[in-house]
Amino acid sequence: MKETSITQELYRPLSPARTAFSRGMTTIAFLLSGLALLPLLAILFEILRQGIPNLKWEVLTSLPAPVGMEGLPSGFANAIVGTVIMVGIASLISIPVGVLTAIYLAEFSKGSPIAHLIRFVVTVLSGVPSIVVGVFAYAVVVLTFKGFSAFAGGFALSVIMLPIVILATEEALKLVPTSLRLASSALGASRFQTVFRVTIATALPGITTGVLLAVARAAGETAPLLFTALFSQNWFEGLTSPTASLSVLIYNYASSAYAEQNTLAWTASLILVGIVLLVNVASRIVTSNRFKIR
Amino acid sequence: MTATPEPAQNLIDRDRLNDVNLANQDGHNSFIDQGFTWLVQGFAMSVVIVLGWMSWVIFRQAQPAIEKFGFGFLWTQNWDINELTFGALPYIYGTLVSSAIALIIALPIGLAVAVVTSERFLPPWIRSPIAFVVELIAAIPSVIIGLWGIFVLIPFLQPVQQWLFQHLSWIPIFNSEPAGPSMLIAGIILAIMILPTIAAISREVLIAIPKELRTASASLGATQWETIFRVLLPSAISGILGAAMLGLGRALGETMAVTMVIGNSDQISTSLLNPGNTIPALLANQFAEASDGLHIGALMYLALILFALTLIVNMLAIVLVKFLKPGEA
Repeated sequence: MKETSITQELYRPLSPARTAFSRGMTTIAFLLSGLALLPLLAILFEILRQGIPNLKWEVLTSLPAPVGMEGLPSGFANAIVGTVIMVGIASLISIPVGVLTAIYLAEFSKGSPIAHLIRFVVTVLSGVPSIVVGVFAYAVVVLTFKGFSAFAGGFALSVIMLPIVILATEEALKLVPTSLRLASSALGASRFQTVFRVTIATALPGITTGVLLAVARAAGETAPLLFTALFSQNWFEGLTSPTASLSVLIYNYASSAYAEQNTLAWTASLILVGIVLLVNVASRIVTSNRFKIR
Repeated sequence: MTATPEPAQNLIDRDRLNDVNLANQDGHNSFIDQGFTWLVQGFAMSVVIVLGWMSWVIFRQAQPAIEKFGFGFLWTQNWDINELTFGALPYIYGTLVSSAIALIIALPIGLAVAVVTSERFLPPWIRSPIAFVVELIAAIPSVIIGLWGIFVLIPFLQPVQQWLFQHLSWIPIFNSEPAGPSMLIAGIILAIMILPTIAAISREVLIAIPKELRTASASLGATQWETIFRVLLPSAISGILGAAMLGLGRALGETMAVTMVIGNSDQISTSLLNPGNTIPALLANQFAEASDGLHIGALMYLALILFALTLIVNMLAIVLVKFLKPGEA
């Protein structure tokens, strides 16, 4: 064996190979992490660069101008209206069903096998590709009523939102201390009263956050709308007509050969990403504050 | 009284608390309670019904194509709408290859992010913001990532693709002249999109490893990286595999961004620099115009294959992440 002096042992306890391994791996890990941050920054930068110059009032209030017509105000107000209506339909379906399901899972199930099954199905449902959900809505609504419609789009989005609402609400309900439920019961409240007056009231910020995240997700979904709501160049014409949406507008105009349509796609992206990031960052702040209090 | 104000719920055994019956025995209220219990139970079951309904509806709509083509659908490769002959192989191939590329790229990067944000390389106040920013990519709508892919990523990577063709064209996977959209670009876009999933779940699994394992390894003289490679990663392996499977499930079903950058070619090509196609991309392109019963049936058959594929992958992932927690295996 090679003799190592005491001083060497003290000042360089590791062999050169082990030191090199440590330093090398740290460098690689940091480089790869930097690489992971790059796409988000590049996407945000490009959206701001391409989207902001065209962000005028008329974009939010007028219809898309026919291609080649210069000087006309051009925008995507119909797509904003369509997205709001379809996400609204989806919320009307998925929020009540989702919150009640979460109440069952968090308050009533007591580890029963049915609850395990339901939780498993919810997780599976959240992993179903959004295009498959679109196919489902196509088969159920479009084929049955023989036409593309805002309702079909809203139905598809509700299936997307449902598992997100359930999982977020259940998490929020689980954070409510059991002592609150016991106290409510001790005061003579029925289960129904305890759930609505105490548990839900306490968990409301968390539930709202989850619902907003689901809404943001639904607003950005494209695949389930492509062949359920289709698209429209006109104003909203009723729940049974094809309807424009921001996300499908971005898809259609992204591959367009006309530069002005490409610009509109970037501006629509700016608005969509703005909403999505706002909701995500806000929910992050709300949840982290709640954890600090506890 | 006691000097340390402990929260009440910590003093009582939590498991026993859950067995306490909060139901009211009083006549009128118990009636409402009973009804309410049935109501929430019914709504909860509706989730199971939705999944079953979805499988049944897609299966039934795919019937015409299943009867006509049988399992041969999976390995024939002619997709002709006018002659009504349909084969799924190019799309299944494209889906699997693009997802595999994504996984190969995203797994090491995701693990690096997980390690950097869970171990003590950086002070805590900067660790979780990094993790949050990486996870934020998952929140960006995929159509916007596709838009960025068309206008930024493809032009940016075109010189790279050219270089691969010029210098490495003796390898079969790089032996074609790149035209912009390609299987490789689709794989890279998918890698960007599944990175947050892999990073976030691996990070959670690493954080959940008991502190004793780290300190024990350090006290035996291991460096931080030796601890990571010999102790932490092996004990977290099932969770990391689960994270990879969840990422794979997401990659298989991802539609918009892939459709926009893959080039939508129906030819199977060994070269990754050639355009390709995937099941979701084909569904996105053809469903709105499909009118013939057999065409719709064939598309439904494809959707069914995709559904089954992602279902298997996701279930496996859930089992790996949930039931094989570190230390229990």
